[in-house]
Amino acid sequence: MKAHLTRRYIFSASHRLHSDALSEDENRATYGKCNNPYGHGHNYALEVTVSGQVNPQTGMVCNLVDLDDAVRREVLERFDHENLNQRQEFAVAVPTTENLSAVIFNILKQSFTAAHLERIRLEETMMNSFEYAG
Amino acid sequence: MVYLTRKCEFSASHYYHNPEFTDEENARIFGKCANLNGHGHNYTLEVTVKGDVDSRTGFVVDLKELKEILNREVIEALDHRHLNKEVPEFLTRIPTTENLAIAIWNRLQNKLTRAKLHRVRVYELPDLFVDFYGEP
Repeated sequence: MKAHLTRRYIFSASHRLHSDALSEDENRATYGKCNNPYGHGHNYALEVTVSGQVNPQTGMVCNLVDLDDAVRREVLERFDHENLNQRQEFAVAVPTTENLSAVIFNILKQSFTAAHLERIRLEETMMNSFEYAG
Repeated sequence: MVYLTRKCEFSASHYYHNPEFTDEENARIFGKCANLNGHGHNYTLEVTVKGDVDSRTGFVVDLKELKEILNREVIEALDHRHLNKEVPEFLTRIPTTENLAIAIWNRLQNKLTRAKLHRVRVYELPDLFVDFYGEP
């Protein structure tokens, strides 16, 4: 039997949406308040969904401790209480939540192999959420 | 095709233990959940059914009927129970959230008359849930 398991995590980070490919006016028009020069922050909620056969011996798709360890080590320690614009992952890409979703998915795809990474869902605020499945 | 989701809650206790494992293996694999005295959760269940909207009633499913089925098949069987000791599916299977979602699916699957069961989602905690779509 194949089941999907989802775990939710919280991290907080700051960012500024600004593209070097756009003029100052275009940046302000495109990103609005998110372009303010000193940045701002969010409490991000990350939902990680993995899938796989339920192991008949353990009743589990994967051990939750292993998933928690991988997400803490690879995602939370990397981004929690950081300025996303200063991270090498966003040296070129704008740290929109779209781009952050893809970055987190690709990191987890590499580092967590105990179950199939189905998708991630990222809430930037209570009003905005983004999903990426590769 | 329209999807309808009904939510309900139940509270139950459980522990994780595989008699084929040694005590050390049970403790290593299941951690705190291996405590044989058990512990409990407030579970939230979301059941999603799908179907065409009946042109006479405007319903995908009669919610009254769905609610009765959920009460009879799930809530009465699981609410304020010890899953390992009182629920037949878990006399031989570990009551993980994965197995709970599968057991609830099996309890509901043939009970619906009009709509089809699409998904069973079981929250063990607000930050941990399992989805089962009846996939083999």
